[in-house]
Amino acid sequence: MSEHHHHHDHDHSELSETELRVRALETILTEKGYVEPAALDAIIQAYETRIGPHNGARVVAKAWSDPAFKKALLEDGSKAIGTLGHVSRVGDHLVVVENTPQRHNMVVCTLCSCYPWEMLGLPPVWYKAAPYRSRAVKDPRGVLADFGVAVPKDIEIRVWDSTAETRFLVLPMRPEGTDGWSEERLAGLVTRDSMIGTGFPGSPS
Amino acid sequence: MNGVHDMGGMDGFGKVEAEPNEPVFHAEWEARVLAMVRAMGAAGAFNIDTSRFYRETIPPHVYLSSSYYKKWFLGLEEMLIEKGYLTREDVAAGHAVHPAKALKHGRLERDDVERTMVRGKFARPAPAPAKFGIGDRVRAKNIHPATHTRLPRYVRGHVGVVELNHGCHVFPDSAAMELGENPQWLYTVVFEGRDLWGADGDPTLKVSIDAFEPYLDPA
Repeated sequence: MSEHHHHHDHDHSELSETELRVRALETILTEKGYVEPAALDAIIQAYETRIGPHNGARVVAKAWSDPAFKKALLEDGSKAIGTLGHVSRVGDHLVVVENTPQRHNMVVCTLCSCYPWEMLGLPPVWYKAAPYRSRAVKDPRGVLADFGVAVPKDIEIRVWDSTAETRFLVLPMRPEGTDGWSEERLAGLVTRDSMIGTGFPGSPS
Repeated sequence: MNGVHDMGGMDGFGKVEAEPNEPVFHAEWEARVLAMVRAMGAAGAFNIDTSRFYRETIPPHVYLSSSYYKKWFLGLEEMLIEKGYLTREDVAAGHAVHPAKALKHGRLERDDVERTMVRGKFARPAPAPAKFGIGDRVRAKNIHPATHTRLPRYVRGHVGVVELNHGCHVFPDSAAMELGENPQWLYTVVFEGRDLWGADGDPTLKVSIDAFEPYLDPA
C-alpha cells in the first residue's frame, strides 16, 4: 500500500458505497425538482477553475506594491478587495492580518472548516482534518514544524480561530530581493500556505 | 454541543500531513456533495448554521472516521430527511417515492449559480448598543449548551481582551435551531496562550476567537 493510500481515511469499499449513496441522493433531489444537475456542474466548475489561491495572491501582491491599497486592505479587507474589478467576489466579512517582524499570524477553524474560499479556493484536506484543527491553537510552532517551517522564538504567534462568519487572510511579509518587481511577478511568489500562515512566500532566487 | 467537532486543544491526532499538489476534489462524488449542499442551501432548504449543526450531530465514532465530504453527505441527507424534504423511503428506494416539499427560494437554476458564488451577508442592524468596547477585559462564559454554539470549549471560563468589533451578526446558536436570526454583537477576543494552556504553554502565543456578545461577561 502506498504512503498516499495509507493516510486516507476511507478505503475503496467505503468509497464505492459512498459513491452509490451520493448518486442516489442526487437522483432523488433531481426527481423531486430540488436541484438542476447543470447547476451543480456549474458550481463544481467554478471551484475547479476560477476560485483558487491565485485570487488571494493578486491581493497580496497589490498590497506589497501599493501602500495606499495595503492601508485600505488592513482597515477593511472586503471593501478594499471590492475595489479591484478582477477579484470582486469576496463577501462582507474578510479581515486581512499582517505579518510583521514581531508577529506571525496563523488561521484555523477548530470547530469546522471556515476558510476564505473566495481568496484561497476550497481548503486542503489537512486544514479540515483533526491534527491541524486540534493543535493549531495549542502548539502552533509544532504545527509549523510539521510544515518544515520555523518562526524565531521571540516572535509572537497569533492564531485566529474562525469561529464566526468573519474570514481571515494572512498578509505575509514581502520577500527581500524583490525591489522593482511587477505585481504579476510578485503574485507568483505568494503561496496558499503563506496566506494561511503555515508557510512563507517563495524566494526570488 | 460538546461534540468531537470541538477539537481545539485535543491531543493524539498526530502530525499535520499536507498532500503535495492536492487536487480540488479527490473523487467526483465529493464535488457532487459540495454542489448539492450549495444548491440546497441557496434554495432555502437550510441555513449554514443548521448544516453545521447536522454535521456536529454525526455520532462521534463516525465523525472521526469519515472523510470531510462524507461528513457533508451524512449531514445533508439526515438534515433533508428531518426537515421533510426527503423521506427514509425515498432514500431506501434510491428514487423519489414521496412528493416534494416546496423550497423557500425555489430551485437553484443554472443561470443563478453566479449569484450564489458571492458569500452571504451576515451583518444585521443592531437591536441594542454594544456592551463591550475595544480593550475591555471579558470572560468567556462557562456554558455547555447541548445545541449548536460557536463558543469553543478551550476558551470557556477564560479572560481575554476585546480587540475588534465586527458589528451585529446573525447569531448561530439561534439560527441553527431555526429560532430566528437574533442578531448579536460580534467581537474578536484575544487570549494569552498561557491562560488557556497553563504555565507550560507557549509564552509567545496569543489565540483569538470571534465571540458573540451572549458568550461574554465583563471581567
